[in-house]
Amino acid sequence: MGVSVDEAVSTGPVRDHTPPARRFGGRGRSVLEIALLTVLAVVMLFPVLWMIETSIKENRDVYAIPAKFFDFTVTLDHFKDVFVASGGRSALSVSFLNSVVVAGVSTVLATVLGVPAAWAYSRFAVKAKKDQLFFILSTRFMPPVVVVIPIFLMYRQFGLIDTKLGLILIYTAFNVPFTIWMMKGFVDEVPAEYEDAAMLDGYTRLQAFWRFTLPLLLPGIAATAVFALIFSWNEFVFAIFLTSSDDVRTAPPAIAGLIGGTTVDWGLVAAASVVFALPVLVFAYLVRKHLVAGVTLGAVRR
Amino acid sequence: MSDPVPLTTDHPGQVASATPPAPGRSRRLSDRGLAVAFISPALLLLLAMSVFPLLWALYLSFTDYSATRGGPAHFVWFENYTAILTSAQVHLRALTTLIYVVGAVALQTVLGFAIAYLISRRTHGRGLLTTLFLVPMMLSQVVVGLFWKFMLDAQFGVINSMLGSLGLGQVEWLTRQRTALISLIVVDTWQWTPFIMLIALAGLTAVPKYLYEAASIDRASEWFRFRTITLPLVWPLLLIAVLFRAIEAFRLFDLVYILTSGGPGVSTETLSFHVYKVAFLGFNTGTASAYGILMVLVVIVLTQLYLRYLNKLKED
Repeated sequence: MGVSVDEAVSTGPVRDHTPPARRFGGRGRSVLEIALLTVLAVVMLFPVLWMIETSIKENRDVYAIPAKFFDFTVTLDHFKDVFVASGGRSALSVSFLNSVVVAGVSTVLATVLGVPAAWAYSRFAVKAKKDQLFFILSTRFMPPVVVVIPIFLMYRQFGLIDTKLGLILIYTAFNVPFTIWMMKGFVDEVPAEYEDAAMLDGYTRLQAFWRFTLPLLLPGIAATAVFALIFSWNEFVFAIFLTSSDDVRTAPPAIAGLIGGTTVDWGLVAAASVVFALPVLVFAYLVRKHLVAGVTLGAVRR
Repeated sequence: MSDPVPLTTDHPGQVASATPPAPGRSRRLSDRGLAVAFISPALLLLLAMSVFPLLWALYLSFTDYSATRGGPAHFVWFENYTAILTSAQVHLRALTTLIYVVGAVALQTVLGFAIAYLISRRTHGRGLLTTLFLVPMMLSQVVVGLFWKFMLDAQFGVINSMLGSLGLGQVEWLTRQRTALISLIVVDTWQWTPFIMLIALAGLTAVPKYLYEAASIDRASEWFRFRTITLPLVWPLLLIAVLFRAIEAFRLFDLVYILTSGGPGVSTETLSFHVYKVAFLGFNTGTASAYGILMVLVVIVLTQLYLRYLNKLKED
């Protein structure tokens, strides 16, 4: 069972029946705790709010000193600039499209490769199963800056530098370990007896998997795919070292490239960041039940 | 029966003996074949994209190969390794990385656990609070880095603006040696405190209520309950979160690249960033590979620790 945010909500208060603390009054302490939480929440959320605010400010308000918190002129120009450049699509919007393609295809591939493997690891007594699984997870922990050196040479050999296919391959490779670990948890939750029963009815093991287990796994597959999508979407190191042209570059290096010049259009950076981050937040909200498992790469589920 | 494929054995919980085997082939064999067919594509991809590159890097680390100069690589044996292990530059980066990892992970752990504890004591609005607190963690490091760079800007950054209206002095956050590393730690803490919080919260809500009830019958003090019930039960999970963060922090590259590019001077150059400079700006591919292999060794040790605790947690 994954401990989820929802579950954290639905369980009652931890200490319903305890007597109020003796030193503080129970109420005073509660007020103090709420105040503390509010302050912390404001600190945590302020940068996000500031980013959104900057993205809808006019340029002179963006650079105003002292900073303007409320009385600024609202404009959507920055968002327009993200998508439209003078006479056509902007380089940024192309990079967003590239990101959609690369993240999408690599997620599909990782799912197609990872889900059957997870099922096999869950159902069959594979030799040295634990070692294999740990090996798989540890490949995900390799420092990307180190891995990218030989990958760069390898891609140069095969002509994969600065191609979407190259990025898709490497993203698939780093999402497969996650998919296997995450999906194995979901497969473990589906009783193997379902398949055994189907096989008694004359189905082969493969048919039993396809017709009975897979449909039950669909919600888990969706959640896993969403996480893989987020990981690929946010990835930066491989993208910046393995691609260079505007036609191939994904959004993270493209957005980072906005601060390369002598003057930085922070309004545009903010708008691009908002456009880039919004889908992630929406998707993350959709899979909030599985966040604990997702962010630990499928390792922690209780 | 011979065993042509060494990868798998038959399923131990098989009830297959209850049914007559399908004509032509035994189910056992098809299970084995199925396992191989399902697992090997994924493993092959990992071998090609993770293991093979690392082996190649291992080979290059013993040579003086340079990606730009081209030409054949000459074997130099352990020269690259001794050069790196004895380099004062590398020692400095290792120290920077250590300060960063310890500082950031310690801050995140304390803050994250505190927030989780406070949230777990609330009755209402827990879902909303948790969701709000989790936002920074889901953002890309690029977005986080860019945004803090803007906020920490010495001239028109909002942080200095706020300090100014409080009557405090301006701080050059990213362009002074000492404050730059602190800024890096603060930004990383801002982003990853939610991670620790999320996992600590999972641990805290899993503590059985009856333990607290029993303790309150015994009139145990709050601190005593925290120390003897809450902490021991949450600690194993928290430790995994901490190790996970430590590995991630050790690999850190994106944030340094965006926020400070290692500067001012080399005050925020982590090991990852230094490897990048050696490999892609200095083009000493051989040296960079040796450097990378040494980093991989550290990651492997940390990962082994992580997996060991994970295993322990799963067995309990």
